[in-house]
Amino acid sequence: MMQQLAPKADAAHEIPVLRLSDVTKTFPGVRALSGVSLELYPGQVTALIGENGAGKSTIVKVLTGIYRADEGRIEVDGTPVHFATADDATAAGITAIHQETVLFDELSVAENIFIGHAPRGRFGLIDKGAMNRRAAEILDRIDANLDPTTPLKDLGIANKHLVAIARALSVDARVVVMDEPTAALSQKEIEELYDLVDRLKAEGRAILFISHKFDEIFRIADRYAVFRDGEHVGAGLMADVTEGDLVQLMVGRAVDQIFPDRDHQAGDEVLRITGFAHPTEFDGIDLSLRAGEILGFYGLVGAGRSELMQAIFGITRPSAGTLTIDGETRTIRSPADAIANGIVYVPEDRGQQGAILGLPIFQNVTLPSLGQTSRSGFLKLAREFDLARGYTERLDLRAAALDQDVGNLSGGNQQKVVIAKWLATKPKVIILDEPTKGIDIGSKAAVHAFMAELAAEGLAVIMVSSEIPEILGMSDRVVVMREGLIAAELAGEDLTPETLVRHAAGIGEAP
Amino acid sequence: MTRLLKSREALLVGVIVALLALIASRFPAFIQPGNLVDVLTDTSPLIILALGQAVVILTRCIDLSVASNLALTGMVCAMLNVAFPGLPIPVILVVALALGAVLGAFNGILVWKLSIPPIVVTLGTLTIYRGIIFVISDGQWVNAHEMSAAFTGFPRTDILGLPVLAWIAILTTVALLVMVARTPLGRAFYAVGGNPNAAVYTGLNVGRTQFWAFVLSGTLSGLCGYLWVARYSVAYVDIARGFELEVVAACVIGGIAIAGGAGTIMGAVLGALFLGIIKNALPVVGISPFWQLAISGAAIVIAVAFNARAGRRQGRIILKRAEQEAQA
Repeated sequence: MMQQLAPKADAAHEIPVLRLSDVTKTFPGVRALSGVSLELYPGQVTALIGENGAGKSTIVKVLTGIYRADEGRIEVDGTPVHFATADDATAAGITAIHQETVLFDELSVAENIFIGHAPRGRFGLIDKGAMNRRAAEILDRIDANLDPTTPLKDLGIANKHLVAIARALSVDARVVVMDEPTAALSQKEIEELYDLVDRLKAEGRAILFISHKFDEIFRIADRYAVFRDGEHVGAGLMADVTEGDLVQLMVGRAVDQIFPDRDHQAGDEVLRITGFAHPTEFDGIDLSLRAGEILGFYGLVGAGRSELMQAIFGITRPSAGTLTIDGETRTIRSPADAIANGIVYVPEDRGQQGAILGLPIFQNVTLPSLGQTSRSGFLKLAREFDLARGYTERLDLRAAALDQDVGNLSGGNQQKVVIAKWLATKPKVIILDEPTKGIDIGSKAAVHAFMAELAAEGLAVIMVSSEIPEILGMSDRVVVMREGLIAAELAGEDLTPETLVRHAAGIGEAP
Repeated sequence: MTRLLKSREALLVGVIVALLALIASRFPAFIQPGNLVDVLTDTSPLIILALGQAVVILTRCIDLSVASNLALTGMVCAMLNVAFPGLPIPVILVVALALGAVLGAFNGILVWKLSIPPIVVTLGTLTIYRGIIFVISDGQWVNAHEMSAAFTGFPRTDILGLPVLAWIAILTTVALLVMVARTPLGRAFYAVGGNPNAAVYTGLNVGRTQFWAFVLSGTLSGLCGYLWVARYSVAYVDIARGFELEVVAACVIGGIAIAGGAGTIMGAVLGALFLGIIKNALPVVGISPFWQLAISGAAIVIAVAFNARAGRRQGRIILKRAEQEAQA
């Protein structure tokens, strides 16, 4: 099956149209890319594979000029280039089709295709006629049956992808980056996209195809490149590898982080969920959680994990299903209900959903517990400080003073403030969504140690994480979700990096 | 940030003192205690409305209907007084507060339950409330001679050297200082405006918190409605027309961030006092009142520029974090 799909891959003498070497990109506290290389060849599809957080999106942003690399070289046709802006990258013939299309809903198809480089007529005004004509030509070339004057908002997601591709062709892009283009497409639309990719290949364009789906990687890619934790761990011809090889590369072997030792002694069942469903995000979810247990939730981005947690927490309402706490059925209509029932949720997106940056630390911590800190309707500052001090000290928060604004703290310390806030409500169940994403190693270890301590005290912990070492190192049991369903529940010997990835990606057992 | 805002208030106090000194150097009579009391009394409605508006802006909303609410409530109070001259003042006050609260609650309900942007809602009710005045009054004026002496005399009654109107402004300020700093609802105003998403995850009801801000603003507008009509002894369709902009200006000058979540009650009061002093000083100094608009306009621009500078350092941190999160 693979041989026929790698027709030109043996052309080793070919010069890569784009070569990145030793590219490093650091964000405060995180090294997103360390010394990675990537080569793209004309007329070939290179699949970029890696776990969430492996650095795929960062490299795309580096090569489309959105981020600037700290170190390393980018060469186009062997000539070093520097992309100061996204325009520079476009001028060098590199365009990207993003997972969520970055197009303009209120503009027409033709305007979207030519935005930034519209054909000009007299007096430098946009020549609408020429623009629509040329748009029609390009759309014709990719067999897209679209009227250039249609407003973009009237199109479905598949057609929006076509417009994005037409845009790439309008600048005569030689390198086309596709970031999970099939994520939102139906099977028929996916087939049409594959045909289009084949055609772009035939025209000699280099394609970087980012995908989590192994079947489609083997269907259309000629080469692969695997990233793990910001490092380049392997590349080669698709013809030379099997799914198993790629999984091995993605997850690696060494788990070199140290996780706290835990004597797992689960108590009584605290939370039970039966038949939770949502019209679009998840279905048929059953789970049970016991006191003192850490339940890991693993899955690809978009598997419905966060959406499920939001339903448990009352942000959204499930369309079906029941939830019981300590054996009693409860209806959770709002986050306030959830908090009152002892369920708290530490969201993934700290900036957006976690801390209130303009408020001081102690006010962030006491925000859900104002009932505890007030008497006859008035807040008692001394009590607020006591409550905040107790929990922030347990979490080893590094701050000059408790009345310092949260916005001035590092990411790790902000996360501690958010966790302290929830602990102050004395919950029974704590849901941690990607608790260590984007924070430094030291803070990570502190969060892990604390999680273990909480479980030891009898709290039931749900940890949503995309980091395999963290899932393996912290969880007593792991639920793997895929496309809104529970794909597997793993524990003990079944719990390995390979089984996690296989269930998350929907790959069968190794031969 | 807290320190920055404190310095913003110190700055405003400094500016106000300097302004008074400048005026006094040419017209010493301006800073006679008697005149200062007049200035405070004259500024009292602005202070009271700015207090309500500050709370609304803290929750990331805006209330443009305050002046219309004031005019409508004022007209209702005046007509009530004409119809039932014997009605005691406490009853009038309760009516003013209650009607103002209802008008504010109407704004609040639309913002909360229908999720209409506050600027659209209150722009609509601004016109609606004015329209209702015309309907109930037939466009007629209620003049001084139709009002009872008790009705018009109340705001001017002197207690310990200050008229009741000024006392009400002072008491409202104290009440709001305590409420905003020391009650769960006050804390919620900041949380909801500072980060509505996070507020939801914290179990706060964003819409309901905003609703209460509008009720508060409406209640204070209603209170001002009676006080205004009684003080000037006249009620008609157009009273206080355009005053809502002065109220918003006082808040902005006082350092209430228009994006919500930042600013203090003291700041809003000082912003109102600043505008009030300018308004009262211009005729004394002999500058055309038309300049007043330009001067308060300039003050707003300068204040916003200050806010932007103060926020910049914080902004960088936010950017860094956004970048950090985007890398995953």
